[in-house]
Amino acid sequence: MAESKIMLGNEAIARGAYEAGVKVSAAYPGTPSTEISENLVQYEDIYCEWSPNEKVAVEVASGASIVGVRSMACMKHVGLNVASDPLYTMSYIGVKGGMVIVVADDPGMYSSQNEQDTRMIGRASMVPVVEPSDSQEAKDFMKYAFDLSEKYDTPVILRTTTRLAHSQGLVTLEDRFEPVDVPYERDIKKHVMMPAMAIGRHVAVEKRLNDMIADGADMPINRVELNDTSIGFITCGIAYQYVKEVMPEASVLKLGLVNPLPRKMIEDFAAKVDRLIIFEELEPVIEEQVKSWGIKCEGKEIFTRQGEYSANMIREKLLKQDLKLDTKKEVPARPPILCPGCPHRSVYTVLNKLKIHAAGDIGCYTLGALAPLSVIDTTICMGSSISSLHGMEKAMGKDYIKNWVAVIGDSTFMHTGVNSLMNMSYNKATGTVIILDNSTTGMTGHQDHAATGKTLMGEPTYAINIYNLVKSLGIENVYEVNAYDIKALEETIKREVAKDEISVIITKSPCVLLKGNVFPDKCVPVPEKCKKCGACLKPGCPALTRNEDGTISIDETMCNACGLCMQLCRFEAIVKEAK
Amino acid sequence: MATTNIMIVGVGGQGTLLTSRILGKMATGAGYDVKLSEVHGMAQRGGSVVTYVRYGENVAEPIVEEGQVDVLIAFEKLEALRYLHFVKKDGVIIVNDLRMDPITVVTGQATYPSDILETLEKNRKTIVVDATKKSKEIGSPKSFNVIVLGAAARHMSFAKEDWLKVIETTVPPKTIQKNIEAFEAGYAMSV
Repeated sequence: MAESKIMLGNEAIARGAYEAGVKVSAAYPGTPSTEISENLVQYEDIYCEWSPNEKVAVEVASGASIVGVRSMACMKHVGLNVASDPLYTMSYIGVKGGMVIVVADDPGMYSSQNEQDTRMIGRASMVPVVEPSDSQEAKDFMKYAFDLSEKYDTPVILRTTTRLAHSQGLVTLEDRFEPVDVPYERDIKKHVMMPAMAIGRHVAVEKRLNDMIADGADMPINRVELNDTSIGFITCGIAYQYVKEVMPEASVLKLGLVNPLPRKMIEDFAAKVDRLIIFEELEPVIEEQVKSWGIKCEGKEIFTRQGEYSANMIREKLLKQDLKLDTKKEVPARPPILCPGCPHRSVYTVLNKLKIHAAGDIGCYTLGALAPLSVIDTTICMGSSISSLHGMEKAMGKDYIKNWVAVIGDSTFMHTGVNSLMNMSYNKATGTVIILDNSTTGMTGHQDHAATGKTLMGEPTYAINIYNLVKSLGIENVYEVNAYDIKALEETIKREVAKDEISVIITKSPCVLLKGNVFPDKCVPVPEKCKKCGACLKPGCPALTRNEDGTISIDETMCNACGLCMQLCRFEAIVKEAK
Repeated sequence: MATTNIMIVGVGGQGTLLTSRILGKMATGAGYDVKLSEVHGMAQRGGSVVTYVRYGENVAEPIVEEGQVDVLIAFEKLEALRYLHFVKKDGVIIVNDLRMDPITVVTGQATYPSDILETLEKNRKTIVVDATKKSKEIGSPKSFNVIVLGAAARHMSFAKEDWLKVIETTVPPKTIQKNIEAFEAGYAMSV
């Protein structure tokens, strides 16, 4: 019997890519897609990399495909925005070796800045989208996506969602298929997208979509489960599981290909059921198309466009069941916070003291928007801190932004922040940029990047020096400061924001959770000296709590002896000791 | 058999993920269909964290919803209270007698409830274990989560030997002995 294993959705996607014979994979980390690359790297015979951003990743995969090998790129939904440029044109070029772009959407926004639906981008770019419903399908559909890609000469998007990516289910393992590489042939009509050629390719793209629409009913990833016909569901992805959980007897058209839609199959199914319900998370992508064909159906008038779906949602909204649930108890919220010993906390403590606003960016450090640090004023997208600060200065003048800075992490700076800094240098900007350099991509769980000196495959490599990179852009005021030294931080920030020039302050200290970090010491309170002023508690370090008598306790299992609380105490009532 | 629904709740960093994976292996080993659901990324950073494990003959959805939990494993008291309404009327709560103030309490925006254990006990069958204290006694403060799991194991249908086998193959090799000790301690605490 074939081996079967319990696998995370992302692990199964990586397994599917391996079994499909993928040879090149490029990605930028982003929850909930990161574990795909981290799992893929364990298989021999696959080249895997972290690219600086998603656009680069899709272009790397494109090149590999053009010379005839199976390739892939992985990213979270917002990453596809960055990669849109190559996506829309690779749609015209098509493939030699199969090419799959895995995109992970985040309904419910567990770890994202918006809730966009990748199926819409699939439609807009005229790229087919497949969507699995569990770990087994994640593996199977990945393989099928490569077949589709080669058969229809198109890149294919495999769409997942957080719930699928981060849930585990049983998967049957199979052997790797070794595809024969397609020999390269120079073909400028297909590979050089200048107007004359692109005009011809647009025709091919439309024909390809029409072929897929016609073939949809015969694709094994689209399936009709005809049972009780009083209600029929059209559904896809994880939403299918909620239907099966609540109404296993209902008829279901389960779509694996969610763009383009198999129109004839949908029309036939609609004709067989009395009431047609479209059950799809996020946008009414299927519903609006089905309605445009004149088919009566219900969808978003019953179910929301927002957040994750659930089985209880069907029970309550569709079946009108009274679930007699207990009322939820009112309890204090527990939002995520910076870890004990996090170097960002130290930088934010200084910015907070100086009453400086920060244009923020994407990473753990976005948490600095919340109380008690309350430093970040804006967060848009990767790299936007620097460019939005630039826009503020151009709108309001250099004096206006003297109590503003941009804060951006090292990985985000390498992703797209460097472009924005180039712009500041070119367009005669003033303003202070703080690069919070913790030597890793922190939020997604410690991935390497172009400035860490190690590749995804674990090999040592040239570590781009951020200081020199910034200097090379023509910026004179570049300073490296220890992130835990609040005195030096305060001096440097105060001095630099006052200048009518560009300044870049690189605060350096590795993420406390980085592997190999050892903390031999701990901070210990000295209650006799404590004046109960609470200065040490201000930055909100989770290792510190106030005792009933007003003195403090420090949890020794959490404390990394970063010394921030010690520096804030004016009474020497906190000391460092060996653990 | 009907699907068994388990929910593990705690604070980011307390090991809910490891615990759900041990449970997943237990159920797979027993030949059940299994689904697990986890939380990664931003939510992990010291926030309220939830993982789900479902096993039975045929499991469709990977999450457990309100009113459907058979066993709630809580590594912290406030988190048990937060998810109390997820537990079936005849379900059971295993709760670690630990208070960790969320940032909203630390900054004075909210007050930590003083009567959590009473509220839990009044509403559902509740087993309170002081795993934090016990873990210090056995000299392994980080294994408190395995102590809580040991206490919960009494309320699931797997044999003790199978638990021990799975723990051995899941935790880092250096920590096997301490984790076994922790599991045994928890198992002995819950009757």
